[in-house]
Amino acid sequence: MTETTETPARRGVPLWAQIVIWIGLLGLLLMVGVTLNKRQQGTVQPGDAIPDFTLPLFSGYEYAGKPEVKLSDFRGKVVVINFWASWCKPCEQEAAELQEAWALYEPTGQVIFLGADYVDTEPEARVYLQKYGITFPNGPDMGTRISQLFRIQGVPETYFVDKTGVLRYVQVGPFSSLGQIQAQIELLLAE
Amino acid sequence: MKHTLRFTFFVLLLVLAGLLANPVSAQDGQPPTDDDVNQVAKELYCPVCENVPLDVCATQACAQWRDLIRLKLSQGETESQIKQYFVENYGARVLNEPPREGLNWLAYLVPPVIILIGAGFLVRALRMMKKPVVAAPVKGPSVEAPADDYVARLEEEVKKQK
Repeated sequence: MTETTETPARRGVPLWAQIVIWIGLLGLLLMVGVTLNKRQQGTVQPGDAIPDFTLPLFSGYEYAGKPEVKLSDFRGKVVVINFWASWCKPCEQEAAELQEAWALYEPTGQVIFLGADYVDTEPEARVYLQKYGITFPNGPDMGTRISQLFRIQGVPETYFVDKTGVLRYVQVGPFSSLGQIQAQIELLLAE
Repeated sequence: MKHTLRFTFFVLLLVLAGLLANPVSAQDGQPPTDDDVNQVAKELYCPVCENVPLDVCATQACAQWRDLIRLKLSQGETESQIKQYFVENYGARVLNEPPREGLNWLAYLVPPVIILIGAGFLVRALRMMKKPVVAAPVKGPSVEAPADDYVARLEEEVKKQK
């Protein structure tokens, strides 16, 4: 009779492979976490400095003869940025009030209104602008870059940026009256 | 005869190449059909209605996008030109497949790599299950063999007694 013992048949995964796998898994988890966190953040918040962006303008809606505007061009002015779309029914509720407010403040030179047309088609957008007689600078949010910058949740949304480029108020949904728009602008002009 | 056959073959080849190169076309003067529009639309997604292909999305925004596709087809634009227009205007996220560039490569590379690693582990585990247990002889006194001369002689004596 011969006495036998079992030899260890298991060989572990090489250390370098384990390190690579763990780094890969942690990297993926980190990416998923960052993305989820961004999605749950909601819109930019009052108090946040708004990074500079460029808005190309529809022809006929140029500002001071320029086919595009930059947020930084308006330092020293109150900037009202309105996100809208021609397919958006609630946007229609506030379109006339926004134009009325623009007509009130344009002559002062202290306030600028910008319309960013979100995920829209130009022919319908033009019909919408014409229908409500909108004259303030308007243009398409090309590549949805500006709406991503503001992390908008839908349309309409309006952002009030003070003279120093800091966001001060966010209106999610349509304004209910001209007075509501005026109240926010007056607060910022008084500073 | 031989020349006629060659010519016919050449013409057929050209027609086939034309069909393959431009499956969606309205340049023949005919207005684009719903099928033409949907062929382009099914590969696009409107950011407003996530996860709903443009060809079946029922919102006003998507209807406007389909109208725009129809307009562009009637102007003679190809499928790739229309897609390019939508990417430039609304971003790459409108495509049903992310473009193969930058971090987007992760979407293409990570799943097959994970599957390969998983398959590797599976094969390894199956091999280990099948492999017979390797036995190695251990050095030491055998029960069969006599331990030493004394024991051998003792066994001889016992046999003789029997």
